[in-house]
Amino acid sequence: MTALGKLLRTTAFKLTLVYLTVFALFAVFLLAYFAWNTRRLITEQITQTVDAEITGLAEQYRQGGIRRLVFVVDARSRRPGSSLYLVTTRAGEGLAGNVGSLATGILETSGWTETAYRRLDDPDGAEHHALVRVFQLSAGFRLLVGRDLEERERLRDIVLAAGRWSLAIVIVLGVAGGFFVTRRVLKRVDAMTETTRKIMDGDLAGRLPVAGTGDELDRLATNLNAMLERIEALMHGLKEVSDNIAHDLKTPLTRLRNRCEEALRLAEDESQYRAALESTIEESEALIRTFNALLMIARAESGQARDGMIDFDAAEIARGVGELYEPLADDKGIHLKVEAPAATPVHGNRELISQALANLVDNAIKYGAGMNGAEAEIVVTARGEGDRILLAVADSGRGIPQPDRGRAVERFVRLEQSRSQPGSGLGLSLASAVARLHGGELKLEDNNPGLKTVISLPRAGSVPSAA
Amino acid sequence: MRLLIIEDDRDAADYLVKAFREVGHVADLAVDGEEGLAHALDGQYDVLIVDRMLPKLDGLAVIGTLRSKGIETPALILSALGQVDDRVRGLRAGGDDYLPKPYSFSELLARTEALARRRGSREETVYRVGDLELDRLSHQVTRAGDEIVLQPREFRLLEYLMKHAGQVVTRTMLLENVWDYHFDPQTNVIDVHISRLRSKIDKGFAQALLHTVRGAGYMIRDSK
Repeated sequence: MTALGKLLRTTAFKLTLVYLTVFALFAVFLLAYFAWNTRRLITEQITQTVDAEITGLAEQYRQGGIRRLVFVVDARSRRPGSSLYLVTTRAGEGLAGNVGSLATGILETSGWTETAYRRLDDPDGAEHHALVRVFQLSAGFRLLVGRDLEERERLRDIVLAAGRWSLAIVIVLGVAGGFFVTRRVLKRVDAMTETTRKIMDGDLAGRLPVAGTGDELDRLATNLNAMLERIEALMHGLKEVSDNIAHDLKTPLTRLRNRCEEALRLAEDESQYRAALESTIEESEALIRTFNALLMIARAESGQARDGMIDFDAAEIARGVGELYEPLADDKGIHLKVEAPAATPVHGNRELISQALANLVDNAIKYGAGMNGAEAEIVVTARGEGDRILLAVADSGRGIPQPDRGRAVERFVRLEQSRSQPGSGLGLSLASAVARLHGGELKLEDNNPGLKTVISLPRAGSVPSAA
Repeated sequence: MRLLIIEDDRDAADYLVKAFREVGHVADLAVDGEEGLAHALDGQYDVLIVDRMLPKLDGLAVIGTLRSKGIETPALILSALGQVDDRVRGLRAGGDDYLPKPYSFSELLARTEALARRRGSREETVYRVGDLELDRLSHQVTRAGDEIVLQPREFRLLEYLMKHAGQVVTRTMLLENVWDYHFDPQTNVIDVHISRLRSKIDKGFAQALLHTVRGAGYMIRDSK
């Protein structure tokens, strides 16, 4: 499409044409109305003047006969700017007045007529137009009084000229204005189109230009930019997930391979081979578990799990998880108890929430041993707060120092003090992703002593907000 | 035990057939859904092992067709899709158990045997293994006549083990059937529950009934 073609097809330009037509029509109508009324007014004025004159002259005739009439008409005719007068005999012979020639047959008419005429003192001059009235006097005399329509004609000419000019100007201004406005709009839209094309080609960091005028295009651009921001974050997250999965599985996979290679090189008897193979199976299983955990996290983060959401009782989950882990805690000398007396209905993904809570409890058992011989305790709670449900696991262990808390939630981060423990380092990451999926968050707080981890979830019945 | 394996991945299929044969079971093989359906309709199998993604006719459709024809052979579904929703869908289609890939053969074997057993048994009210007795109605457990007091969860654990007496019961099976959980507990929580149970029913008795099967799970059986 040519640039001009694009311009002409824009909504802005079409709108301009519509407005142009409307206003042009209106202007024409206005002008016509004004002209018509003014013309009527002028005509009225003329007829009134002429009527008055005729009445006066008729009176003169009645009083003084034809001689008197002629005398008066003569006098009046000489005055500048006067009306038109003509007194004729029955035969059409002029007796007084300032009219030279008339259109034929005028004298026979009665009432108002328009006619062409020539002035008596300018017989070869231009023809003029007048509105005249013919009065039949007694004895066959005829009296004609009228006024030149010059004024009216001038008005008509002015109006027509004005009309023509204004129409021309309106059209030119309208089209030119429309052109410029449209071009401006088109430029902004083109800029946006260009940017989106670049973004589609792969430059996810691109953003639409915002002109700062606060108009609807700006608002659109701002909203689209927010959307692009979100998409970029999601794409980034996706890339991170696949990068992480690739990177973090490479290490154990390499370890696996090395162990097998080592066994091939060094093992001498069957029992050594057997041991190597068994350890390979163990590594593989750990790898599979890590992989599944990563998949679960990816699923929680991508929002895929949203369709699996149902209403269930978080207190029940808390009690179940607590009961599952209680013997393990007890073996390690930690007293685990669950405080979830009231039913706490949540809307969410049961599997993910169970897993998240289990991860937190698992962590608490691993790292929550008592400090300085104090009684070690883990408390699992489920309670409602406003329109949210809070699931918390509080331990009395070493806790996590404030500056490390952000890092602890990242994938595969094992803080210094926990390096020696078994585990994949994904527990908190999953819990955090699950919390975010449900429009909440995972909070790490001080339990004084120890750590308190809290997941907040929407209550059942309230609309879960998008993460 | 006669098994039908419906699996289109040649390597996996051969592996399974061989592995089952090594433990004394007979396994037939079908490589796509239609062939599998045909075999299942004809033959008399104890358990069907069905891969979910199959050419020609997918696993769930095969099972659905069998069920609609009144064939109740227990079916275990193997699938790369491992989420709870997929499992629910599989079970709703008529499957009796669902095992996500990758799986260990011992897990598959334990579950297959559990399904085969289920087919034959009537619902008994009292389980007996050696001198250990569990009454499902009164929730009483006795060994050599002496009553053993168990927590509700311990009772359920023992009940499940005794229901599958003589068979391997994996940790995952216990987690799913005794606790109704479908997540990975990461640490050996189940082991601790088992050891508590063991201390209640085996300690002080000459004969141990609750055994650990290395690399697979647990089994309750009379060692005589």
